Amino acid sequence: MFAYYLQLGLRSLRKNPMLTALMVMAIGFGVAASMTTYSVYRATSRDPIPQKSHVLYNTQVDAFGPENIENGEPPPSLSYIDATAIYRAHKAARQSIIYPVNVSVIPDDPSRLPMREGAYANGADMFDMFDVPFIQGRGWTRDDDEKHASVVVISRELNDKVFNGGQSVGKQINLDGRLFQIVGVIDNWAPQPVFFDVPNTGGFDDGAAVFMPFTRAIDLQLPTNGNNNCVKEPEQGWDGYLHSECIWLSLWSEMSSQSEVDAYRNYLNGYAAEQQRAGRWNWAPNVKVRNVVDWLDVQKVVPKESSISLIVSLGFLAICLVNTVGLLLAKFMRRAPEIGVRRALGASRATIYAQFLIEAGSVGVAGGLLGLILTGLGTLGTKLVFPERIAHLATLDPTLIALTLLTAIGASVIAAFYPTWRAAQVQPAWQLKSN
Amino acid sequence: MNLQIKPILSALRRHKAGTILIALQIALTLAIVCNALFIVHQRVDRVNRTTGMDESNVIAVLNRYVGKPDSFIPLTQTDVAALRNIPGVESAYSTNAYPLRQGGWSTGMQIDPNKTKDSVPSALYFVDEQALKTLGVKLIAGRNFNPSEVVTVGPQSTPAPPQVIITKAIADKLFPGVSALGKTIYYAKGKPSTVIGIVEKLTVPWVEWDHMDNVTLMPVRFDSGYQQFLIRTKPGQQDAVFKAIPGALFKVSRMRVLPEKYGLRTFETVRAKAYEADRGMAILMSIVCAVLLAITAAGIVGLSSFWVGQRRKQIGVRRALGARRSDILSYFMTENFLIALGGAVVGTALALGLSQWMLTHFEMPRVSVTYVGVGVVLLLALGQAAVFAPALRASKVSPVEATRSV
Repeated sequence: MFAYYLQLGLRSLRKNPMLTALMVMAIGFGVAASMTTYSVYRATSRDPIPQKSHVLYNTQVDAFGPENIENGEPPPSLSYIDATAIYRAHKAARQSIIYPVNVSVIPDDPSRLPMREGAYANGADMFDMFDVPFIQGRGWTRDDDEKHASVVVISRELNDKVFNGGQSVGKQINLDGRLFQIVGVIDNWAPQPVFFDVPNTGGFDDGAAVFMPFTRAIDLQLPTNGNNNCVKEPEQGWDGYLHSECIWLSLWSEMSSQSEVDAYRNYLNGYAAEQQRAGRWNWAPNVKVRNVVDWLDVQKVVPKESSISLIVSLGFLAICLVNTVGLLLAKFMRRAPEIGVRRALGASRATIYAQFLIEAGSVGVAGGLLGLILTGLGTLGTKLVFPERIAHLATLDPTLIALTLLTAIGASVIAAFYPTWRAAQVQPAWQLKSN
Repeated sequence: MNLQIKPILSALRRHKAGTILIALQIALTLAIVCNALFIVHQRVDRVNRTTGMDESNVIAVLNRYVGKPDSFIPLTQTDVAALRNIPGVESAYSTNAYPLRQGGWSTGMQIDPNKTKDSVPSALYFVDEQALKTLGVKLIAGRNFNPSEVVTVGPQSTPAPPQVIITKAIADKLFPGVSALGKTIYYAKGKPSTVIGIVEKLTVPWVEWDHMDNVTLMPVRFDSGYQQFLIRTKPGQQDAVFKAIPGALFKVSRMRVLPEKYGLRTFETVRAKAYEADRGMAILMSIVCAVLLAITAAGIVGLSSFWVGQRRKQIGVRRALGARRSDILSYFMTENFLIALGGAVVGTALALGLSQWMLTHFEMPRVSVTYVGVGVVLLLALGQAAVFAPALRASKVSPVEATRSV
């Protein structure tokens, strides 16, 4: 029966090629617009580290005071004083201070030009905390942190450039004229959104090529490559800067149970209260301990453009559906006499439903295929609309392909319900009489 | 002219579904199109903003020195001299930031040395005597810096040179009604700076800031391994200079990095990059509007054609009873107008609702009433245009139809 109805449906669709083309195009465009913008939205709103996002927490402590912050939200970064004091208290199983720096790699071959690379200064724990994938060696140890060791972890890409992809653990690399020993090479690793450095990247960035111990970076007086905000003018010199109220560091902690998180929060409140008592701050403790998902949400990592275009596209799809309902209604009702004859010859309402839903479904399949092609073009064209670092995240993967087809067929079948119901209501006697 | 509104309304009552569908489609289209066009308008406005610069024939270089000498100043000075010596270069200087760079410094400034409140924010550009010429900004009062006025500022210090040049926007804000020339501004506590010149307009490095025109030019050599060079070339020489820059710089010293992506850019590229998201949004929303209007028009044509086909007999009867072709035409045109009007009323409410929602969720400005008005007129016109062909076909129905198959 299905094959027969399909055949009937296709024949009917061929009878009004213009109307059919219009419906297919409406569904195709509507689905493609919403799927293309959805692919961008999905990329920008995804969980960058799903296996651990619920155990990794960012720390915020208000070092600026209620007058200098908005809506009571503590600043997104920490000062050196606070970050190191909280880190030293060791209230979480694993912790790492992180900040972006910039280094230049100087090749041994004097004929080659130096390369500027994005880098992070971080603690030894970070590699395990963030499940950073190593292809050679491993991260440095907490002991290296303590000893302010000149060790680095480099990316596969940098290893390819400097060591032609060979074994490089144990070798030395020249960064801005200083030698560092390579202890590990990581696979290209750039979680998007870059949850651990939202204040400086806005959430989207190419991965870093070099990681070095935080303690060593501070010794070398490497300034942050990101934002630095000072509520008070710092004293002169690097030491004055470290002891200032300027904020530029992130502190991440791994905690596996709620009780640990509560204890950590209590500790932070105690710490802030102590600063208040000591006269450093004249405001009540204001601390936040947020996991990856909440942190990305509060920091509004999803670009406004991405949400707005998704909403507009969904509106677009809704209009295309209303349009399709209208056209299907016109198409089905024009066949009222035919329905009358079929009903008079014994077809039940259920069969009328089946026949017309199948016909609508085939429009959906055609619309879905058109939509798929357009979505493919759309994801290629996202570069025209979104900044490149976001656009390249939008890809046409199997999930999106399946979703596109399902949306198209689902949408056209939903659109077909009312017209089909009307078709099934046709009174055979009335139709037969007027013919 | 008799508009036949009453019979149309009673006819529509018998075609509730079709009527509602067309009205709903017009309402939704209106809501989306108003807001989308408003977004396009806002973004285009932003993209078309001027910087106060003469942007043609300007090249921006991002340079990072490798290593850590005691001072970067001699290196920077040699580089600037080398750039000025490239044939075809009109002028050049080193700086921390320039308009549309999307990254720079800002600080609070005040005219009362003792008060820390009421400070006015300003972006800071570190420049020398060739900056005004290179930027191509217009000095409307006072004078340019002398080479001897340029002071050296170290990495972790707050710059507050004795002389500054400010934009007219700052002058008007800090010294309303009087000339700002010769007045004192404090950029850091206890360090007065005298205003020696005022430029007509120059914008901050960012495309989004609350004080777009608050810029202070400071005669400062900034001791940093991270330098931007801004270069003005003679007309027609931009390409040649662009190609010559890396060679000239690497000849001075190889211990530097000119990053692949942002190392060398013409100012057109700087501008395009800065407004990338705005331009993209404007393009996307324009496409959405165009396709949406086309689909709505096609939908109206489709449904109207169906109605005409359904009512051929009635049309024939009316024609046989003496209705002229123009009467039939105007009947369908009026019918569509009434439906579209109903849709427009609902759509206006939806458009304002959507705008309000975007206002609360995305801090977007409220859609202006003009846009809703334009949208209503646009959709009514679209409806009339779309229904015209089916209506014309209806008017051509022959009175003979009335006699068929009754």
